Amino acid sequence: MIAKRTNFFEKIITLMIQLSGFSSILFVLLILFFLLGEGSPALFDIPISELFSDRWYPIEGYYGILPLILGSLVVTLGASLVAVPFGILTAVFIAEIAPKWLQEIMKPLVELLAGLPSVVLGFLGILVVSPFLRDTFNLPTGLTALTGSLLLGGIAIPTIVSISEDALNNVPDTYRHGSLALGLTRWQTIWGVTVPAAKSGILMAVMLGVGRTIGETMTVMMVTGNAPILPTSFNALFMPIRTMTATIASEMGEVATNSPHYHVLFFIGIVLFLFTLAVNIVASNISARKIKRAERILS
Amino acid sequence: MVNLALYWAERYQSIHPEIRISVTGGGSGTGISSLINNTVDLANASRKIKPEEIAKANKNGVEPIEYVVARDAIAVIVHPDNPIDKLTLQEISDIYTGKISNWSELGGENRPIVRLSRETNSGTHVYFLEEVIRLGNSDDKTIFSANTLLLPSSEGIIAEVRENPNAIGYDGLGYVTDEVKVLAIAKKTGGDYIFPTLQTVNDNLYAISRNLFIYANGTPKTFVKEYLDWMLSSDGQKIVEELGFIPVR
Repeated sequence: MIAKRTNFFEKIITLMIQLSGFSSILFVLLILFFLLGEGSPALFDIPISELFSDRWYPIEGYYGILPLILGSLVVTLGASLVAVPFGILTAVFIAEIAPKWLQEIMKPLVELLAGLPSVVLGFLGILVVSPFLRDTFNLPTGLTALTGSLLLGGIAIPTIVSISEDALNNVPDTYRHGSLALGLTRWQTIWGVTVPAAKSGILMAVMLGVGRTIGETMTVMMVTGNAPILPTSFNALFMPIRTMTATIASEMGEVATNSPHYHVLFFIGIVLFLFTLAVNIVASNISARKIKRAERILS
Repeated sequence: MVNLALYWAERYQSIHPEIRISVTGGGSGTGISSLINNTVDLANASRKIKPEEIAKANKNGVEPIEYVVARDAIAVIVHPDNPIDKLTLQEISDIYTGKISNWSELGGENRPIVRLSRETNSGTHVYFLEEVIRLGNSDDKTIFSANTLLLPSSEGIIAEVRENPNAIGYDGLGYVTDEVKVLAIAKKTGGDYIFPTLQTVNDNLYAISRNLFIYANGTPKTFVKEYLDWMLSSDGQKIVEELGFIPVR
């Protein structure tokens, strides 16, 4: 009797775990269908050549989303250039170099940074970073892609540090001992052994960090100036830009349901979704390949 | 103006719970055509009713009566250190369309002009587009220069103008603080340059200001009249001021 009851509960628990596992797939699919349903009419409302033209001014019928896509790319790229080296180096320092007591102070501090609301970072951007950049680089305005990149980098760093550091900590100490015993210096051990061994975890960290920057809205809306200028050269980093997320956020509230503008905003959502999907696919491919190579080295 | 109507309705219903007011947005045209079709008691409009609309209304047995319930003025602002202190409407239009892009072309310092605007969902944005950039010419299809910064809030514009000597921005008079410089504006080249104040706006001297109207079908009676009287009372006009518009009394 008792055994039977345990069996019954076990079945329910298994079912619940399965259900929550499948629900994430279900939710992603539902969101995808919703986006497709609301966004794909844009392709019929607006000729495709106009949709990918270079002028965004929806209240007068200019629906060119090219500046928005490139704007998001510029900011994300800039943020990655800031966050990836800085984040990984910080993680290496915390995991491999810092003494124990410093580790114990730094780790919670970095995690605290991750909890900073993005709107607070936006304020920081408007009041501190933007005037500073304007004065330093003698720019017409401090509300530029660079300002957004720096702040988004700040948002991505805690994610990258925290996950990379975990990955580094998971590298068995025997690796380090072996490497040191072979006569390698500490530096050579870190770059030659520990970091490569933790590579898949670090890549995952980078991808999660980059994923956060693509989707981040509030901060970029506050500090990038939101001017839909088509970025054409490296200089675009020092000019205002408009991202896809900021466009959706600021225009969705006032748009008439089922108007062309409404459909285009959802279409931008689809593009954004495809971007994050691409990032994830690349991430899983790279990390799968790296594991194989690491296994080869270890065997 | 739909904000104002919503606020009024909300506040009035909280004082008079027995009254139910429903407000629909969609622009002045929507409001006026609903009045013509006699489906509403009051139509809010940020423009004057057209003669052909009055004719249409009369044909339907509707007699529109006009009330000016508030005024709206937009101040053009620059950094306090900017030596420019007056512009004509044409010059402002040329700045925002990108024809003028350095302050020296207007007799100021050799600095690039950074154009600030509200987001496209703001009524102020649309009004500025129609009345300043297109100078009130409805056939004109000119739009903002692409490198106009679209900021999500009035406060954002004030903050950037306060910090940045290159910037020019516009904002409802109610939002302007004394940390920025308000420009005097002339309607035409050679005309008088006028600062926006409660006085000049109410005397219709300031160029970028408009009346906000309510149209009723015939002289309103009973509870509609009470509501209208309340809007024009000091309580109702206080809400006008809270929302950054200019009270009529």
